[in-house]
Amino acid sequence: MCGSKIKISEANYLKVKEICASFNNNPGELINVLHQTQGHFGYLPEEVQQVVAECLQIPVGRVYGVVSFYSFFTMKPKGKYAISVCLGTACYVKGGDKILDALKSELKINEGEVTPDGKFSIDVLRCVGACGLAPVMTINGKTYGRLVPEQVKDILAQY
Amino acid sequence: MAIKMHILVCGGTGCSASSSHEVIAELNKELEAHNLTDFAKVVVTGCFGFCERGPIVKIIPDNTFYTRVKPEDAKEIIEEHIIKGRKVNRLLYVAPDTNEHVSDSKHMEFYKKQVRIALRNCGFIDPENIEESIAREGYAALGKCLTEMTPAQVIEEIKKSGLRGRGGAGFPTGTKWEIASKSRVGEQKYVVCNADEGDPGAFMDRSLLEGDPHSILEAMAICGYCIGADHGLIYIRAEYPLAIHRLQVAIKQAEEYGLLGEDIMGTGFNFTIELRYGAGAFVCGEETALIHSMEGKRGEPTFKPPFPAQSGYLEKPTNVNNVETYANIPVIINKGADWFNKIGTEKSKGTKVFALAGKVNNVGLIEVPMGITLREIIYEIGGGIKGGKKFKAVQTGGPSGGCLTEKHLDTPIDYDSLVAAGSMMGSGGMIVMDEDNCMVDVAKFYLGFTVEESCGKCTPCRVGNKRLLEILTKITEGKGTMQDLEELKNLSNVIKDAALCGLGQTSPNPVLSTINNFWDEYVEHVTEKKCRAGQCKALKQYVINPDVCKGCTACARACPVGAISGTVKNPHVIDQSKCIKCGTCYEKCKFGAISIK
Repeated sequence: MCGSKIKISEANYLKVKEICASFNNNPGELINVLHQTQGHFGYLPEEVQQVVAECLQIPVGRVYGVVSFYSFFTMKPKGKYAISVCLGTACYVKGGDKILDALKSELKINEGEVTPDGKFSIDVLRCVGACGLAPVMTINGKTYGRLVPEQVKDILAQY
Repeated sequence: MAIKMHILVCGGTGCSASSSHEVIAELNKELEAHNLTDFAKVVVTGCFGFCERGPIVKIIPDNTFYTRVKPEDAKEIIEEHIIKGRKVNRLLYVAPDTNEHVSDSKHMEFYKKQVRIALRNCGFIDPENIEESIAREGYAALGKCLTEMTPAQVIEEIKKSGLRGRGGAGFPTGTKWEIASKSRVGEQKYVVCNADEGDPGAFMDRSLLEGDPHSILEAMAICGYCIGADHGLIYIRAEYPLAIHRLQVAIKQAEEYGLLGEDIMGTGFNFTIELRYGAGAFVCGEETALIHSMEGKRGEPTFKPPFPAQSGYLEKPTNVNNVETYANIPVIINKGADWFNKIGTEKSKGTKVFALAGKVNNVGLIEVPMGITLREIIYEIGGGIKGGKKFKAVQTGGPSGGCLTEKHLDTPIDYDSLVAAGSMMGSGGMIVMDEDNCMVDVAKFYLGFTVEESCGKCTPCRVGNKRLLEILTKITEGKGTMQDLEELKNLSNVIKDAALCGLGQTSPNPVLSTINNFWDEYVEHVTEKKCRAGQCKALKQYVINPDVCKGCTACARACPVGAISGTVKNPHVIDQSKCIKCGTCYEKCKFGAISIK
């Protein structure tokens, strides 16, 4: 069993195996497997990808190839409160980039990063589909719309 | 007591984001408190389209259309409108031109010119209740096809309707189905619905799936009947949780009613549908890339031929259509191709759904007949430009499209006229821009998107777009030369010719169309180092007018880099070499002495 090489707790190892089994260990379901796995762990660390590869009987390279190809998958953990700033066209022309700047200077991190205390992370996404409320950001799925940069501080203070 | 009144509340993503669910909870609470649950019922619907004014609440039968409703308004709506029959005037839409309250959406400028075919059920039915769909002719077209028509007759009808693919390229749908039906007859085939709406600023497909999922399922089954497939797959963005949920509910209900599954309506026809989730890759909108993604691989496109109709999902014949294309099918079958092909222009039949967004007063989802002009869309439906600013451009076709300007305002819109004007229909994003938007910056924005989304398989797209972005960045930083502008044009044309797939071939469009239509603006950035919209930060200059400056020192004290010098009661000066263009001085000055050049 190549499971011994992988630094992952027994419980987590079994969880990944269980997810893969629920898709009949079918390599064609790789993306669905990764969706569920990321849903469980919050991100897809290398060790987890190795277990997925083992269960689906495909090279780790192929798993990594898919993880790195799609923007939805991440190999870095996110903050307790994951902030996503929409930079779709509608938000961009209404100043979504200024909201992002305000967040970055307030939290002193860049997009794709997590604050040292692990509380907040900032990501950029392409269109929430709430263009009527542009510019928009979401914090753990809650949407804040019609934003101006000055509001950012107060919103963060609620968390 | 029978239900006499229905309170429709939008539960689409836009309105949900402005707490329509709390409005729903409050309305239900008030109905219960007044013992009215047998008299009036709250129905959660899909998108009404008028997202700008959300959350929307509509009362049936009197068609009263309340806008921007807050949870605390629920009490008044129930007590005044439902109990006493008096409309709550303060929540009605106010027509901007006459300042009058308009209570029925039919009379609003936003809806007057719209023709709703694909969106016929959105905002009208509870998308999680199949019976409401059936009451609005849901699955009637499937029944008609299975019992009264041969597959060839159905295909003929679709061909006659003139329907073209709504995903962007506009390939005739009937012809596509015909090719798939004749390909490798007797083998396993697949029907795919492309719901990977990756175009930023577009939300047509999402709203359709959220508001009327059954029409899509029905159309896919009809397609399956035509081409000889018994299985369908919907490839949908994982970022659309609500649409996914509604589809899951709809599939389950349709199976329970015998409208999907085995032996549909006792005709012996079998058809099942499953969902496949995207994971955020714009290139997956391209059909070969989409198929690879559904197979659990990287979503990289491959050369065509072979076309999916010959070898698609799992190398079997596959028909791929977009959500909006499918949404038109049941109506064409029910009302006939001759009814449908009377709408629109000679070569583009029917309607198109657009996500109207950006600097326009009425942001929302609209469906208009082909052949309408941009002027009608922006100034009548859209209510004109926000804040009375000047119209500059409208972008259609997303990262693959281009900008249209004032001179195109009266061109009738269809597939061909948009291409002739240097843009394209695309999936239906329509972003309006005003004088405050810099067109070089807009081109840079789209290129930034393409560079990030390029799958990297072919060199023209992977490397070429990166170079385009670098040149554009240089220009917006005031370091561009006239040679760079020539280079932009040359490189764009090379990428167009040489890239492998639709994404790469169309990626220079935003650059070429802004160069064609806003050449002066590019030249200004290069020769005068000036950005007339004031968007390019590096080109901004803050200057103090010595005649107005009182020497209060507020700006000098606020400047984070100490770029402002001067003594009390004497005019101050900004040292441009130190200035970081943060704008703090501009905000601090109480006398309006600082201007941006």
